[in-house]
Amino acid sequence: MAQVTMRVWRGDANGGDFERYTVEQNEGEVVLDVIHRIQATEAPDLACRWNCKAGKCGSCAAEINGKPRLMCMTRLDQLPEGEVTVTPMRTFPIIRDLVTDVSFNFQMAAKVPALLPPPMPAEGYRMYQEDVERSQEFRKCIECFMCQDVCHVIRDHEENKAHYAGPRFFIRYAELEMHPLDTNDRRDLIREDMGLGYCNITKCCTEVCPEHIKITDNAIIPLKERVVDAHYDPVAWLGRKIRRRTKRSASDAAVQPAP
Amino acid sequence: MTYEHHDYDVLIIGAGGAGLRAAIEVQQRGLRVAVITKSLLGKAHTVMAEGGMAAAMGNVYPEDNWQVHFRDTMRGGKYLNNYRMAELHAKEAPERVQELEQWGALFDRTKDGKISQRDFGGHRYARLAHVGDRTGLELIRTLQQKVVSMGTDVFMEHKVLTLIHDSEGRVAGCVAYQRPTGEFVTFAAKAVVLATGGAGRSWKFTSNSWEGTGDGHAMALWAGAELIDMECIQFHPTGMVWPLSVRGLLVTEGVRGDGGVLRNSEGQRFMFNYVADMFRAETADSEEEADKWYDDHSAGRRPPELLPRDEVARAINTEVKAGRGSPHGGVYLDIGSRRSAEFIRRRLPSMYHQFMELAGVDITKESMEIGPTCHYIMGGVKVDADTAATSVPGLFAAGEVAGGMHGANRLGGNSLSDLIVFGRRAGMGAADFVEGYQGSPRLDEAAVNAAVEESLAPFEREEGENPYDIQRDLQEMMQANVGIIRTRSELEYAISELDSFTERVKNIKVKGGRAYNPGWNLATDLPAMISVSKCVARGAVLREESRGGHTREDFPQASAEFATFNFAHSSPAKRWDGEIVTERSALLEMPGELKALLEEGH
Repeated sequence: MAQVTMRVWRGDANGGDFERYTVEQNEGEVVLDVIHRIQATEAPDLACRWNCKAGKCGSCAAEINGKPRLMCMTRLDQLPEGEVTVTPMRTFPIIRDLVTDVSFNFQMAAKVPALLPPPMPAEGYRMYQEDVERSQEFRKCIECFMCQDVCHVIRDHEENKAHYAGPRFFIRYAELEMHPLDTNDRRDLIREDMGLGYCNITKCCTEVCPEHIKITDNAIIPLKERVVDAHYDPVAWLGRKIRRRTKRSASDAAVQPAP
Repeated sequence: MTYEHHDYDVLIIGAGGAGLRAAIEVQQRGLRVAVITKSLLGKAHTVMAEGGMAAAMGNVYPEDNWQVHFRDTMRGGKYLNNYRMAELHAKEAPERVQELEQWGALFDRTKDGKISQRDFGGHRYARLAHVGDRTGLELIRTLQQKVVSMGTDVFMEHKVLTLIHDSEGRVAGCVAYQRPTGEFVTFAAKAVVLATGGAGRSWKFTSNSWEGTGDGHAMALWAGAELIDMECIQFHPTGMVWPLSVRGLLVTEGVRGDGGVLRNSEGQRFMFNYVADMFRAETADSEEEADKWYDDHSAGRRPPELLPRDEVARAINTEVKAGRGSPHGGVYLDIGSRRSAEFIRRRLPSMYHQFMELAGVDITKESMEIGPTCHYIMGGVKVDADTAATSVPGLFAAGEVAGGMHGANRLGGNSLSDLIVFGRRAGMGAADFVEGYQGSPRLDEAAVNAAVEESLAPFEREEGENPYDIQRDLQEMMQANVGIIRTRSELEYAISELDSFTERVKNIKVKGGRAYNPGWNLATDLPAMISVSKCVARGAVLREESRGGHTREDFPQASAEFATFNFAHSSPAKRWDGEIVTERSALLEMPGELKALLEEGH
């Protein structure tokens, strides 16, 4: 019988340490299977979140060998041989063991101004597949919050959480902005209160997304463009235009975005 | 002892589709409402629903209407349904689905911009509104976002131990604990809506998560309500069977709706051999005829792979028993040889990833190995169809925890629509009840303290059993003896075993503290699992026939005698370890015009 040694962080807000568990490993098993085996045998009080065990609910996010992953979708036979280290998501406060306090995300969700559709015609809305597809991509999000976990704006900067919504909510805003029925304008809010400008497009969020949502390319960058467009007013435009003409230098030219 | 306390008009236990839809309704009435959930908001088992929600909108087949949907639901349920629930469901589902679009849902579209509808087993027309194969996620997210935008109070990661009554016997609230801290909380409310979902966690091979422990079923029983049809358990025909770690994981019926077929180890499309008389007139009798149907329902009759789930699950079981199964004890589900890779990835993206990542199988090229998995409980709390009221004043139930809507077998796609139709009705029923309420709810303090004490007992014992061992043994016992094919001797054995499980649960020892302790959490789930399992086994031994999600080896046919009543279970002692009484409860008499719909030879 194959065995695997798991190095699991155990503790709470007051601190903790790694514990090692060596348990049975069967063909095809994922990290969550062996975490469950540890709970059922040696450590029934080992805390972890999980629900669907099918990559659909996003509950079991943790850091496996230092990378945010869903425990239910990470096969042990696809990890490097040797010990497997499992730690809680670092960006959120610890509750216990692998469980973190993700309430930051629910606070951000509460700030999102809702969809504002026109009144529904008696026979229902008409929308075309090509018009709904852009927002459908973002609605695939399973709220595992791994994009939030990996985002360097908040990962090591607790102070930024007060004014930064994070990638999960940038795709939510993008979804609403691109929603065929929406008439709400959230662009000032996104720029001023949600901190879109802090994102400098390192694409870490896109890399960890288990739903393969192109967070940066399809949501954040288009959102940045829209927010800048909204900021346009004739006077500011003239000002920028004049400044650009008079102050253009080699270094200015180098940072101009491509047309 | 005094605990953190909250007062509301309506308390909703469960944050899946039914609970959230009920909350919206109550909040819109201007009442104070709270939702309590064992998990985080948005993680409910509703997300596991893949294929779609059934509503006779007629967007793809204009000849579809509520009458046909009603008929399909009753036939699928083998006529054991509460006809009034099936009627309301068929009539109201289209409006409920459209309403979701006002709240942000984005369904897949038809060419002319309407909500697209997909074929599913037992539905005469393509009727399931869907988003690829993640419709449940779309439903939960839409309702979640609506609830959040309304500012509804949601108590996440709170486990309700039991309902609490007032001195007049009305439901007055509940006692719960916060999972992160282990601290107890009491809630007083004028009405309580149970929306706790299913109970599939008591079987070994199940599509249900840790949450599906039948909490609401059990709490209703302990509160004095009746549970009906508990023997009717849906084993979904297509769960994954390999690797073992994912055994039971759901494979959407949408695979078959979109052209997938079942084959045995000899390569034969065996479902043609399993068409019951009841469905023969509407089912194709050759592969050629069946294959024409997918593109044009008037060019041929339905493929037998799209018979109701109970029929397909039994057929797979028989093939495997006859030695024509796959290497890991299932059969093959093949869509890769029948549809283009591009079509499969667009229509079934989750299935594609699920098999690729967990089983290393590319479903666009290879067949899937699948077999039946415990998926859904048709049985539940007996309710009034129009108001979702139970027999206990102030207690309501909606969604999987309620019984009657689906009869002996639920059609795929009828669950999500059930949630929004009866979630709303439960919210209306509870709000009406609150508006006529006199006085203010007072929790019986002794009952609160007793529930707290009982939940803490496993910490006090010097020695005792690991709750995980009890859960594992229970799952194995129920799988082996109260599974898809049942027989008297095994059921009687199960009933006596459940008595010994009751004693084992009283001897649990929990290690560690109260803060986020899954071992303790499981210890507090087990009483509900035992109560529910007892009702299932009792109903199963008494129903001496085979009907829908209840198949008896010793009584293989449906019996006219058993077609006229449900078995109703109650707990006179109102305790999890008390005796259960089971009685016959006559079906509602169906009005003539609805009866006529069933008799029409569509």
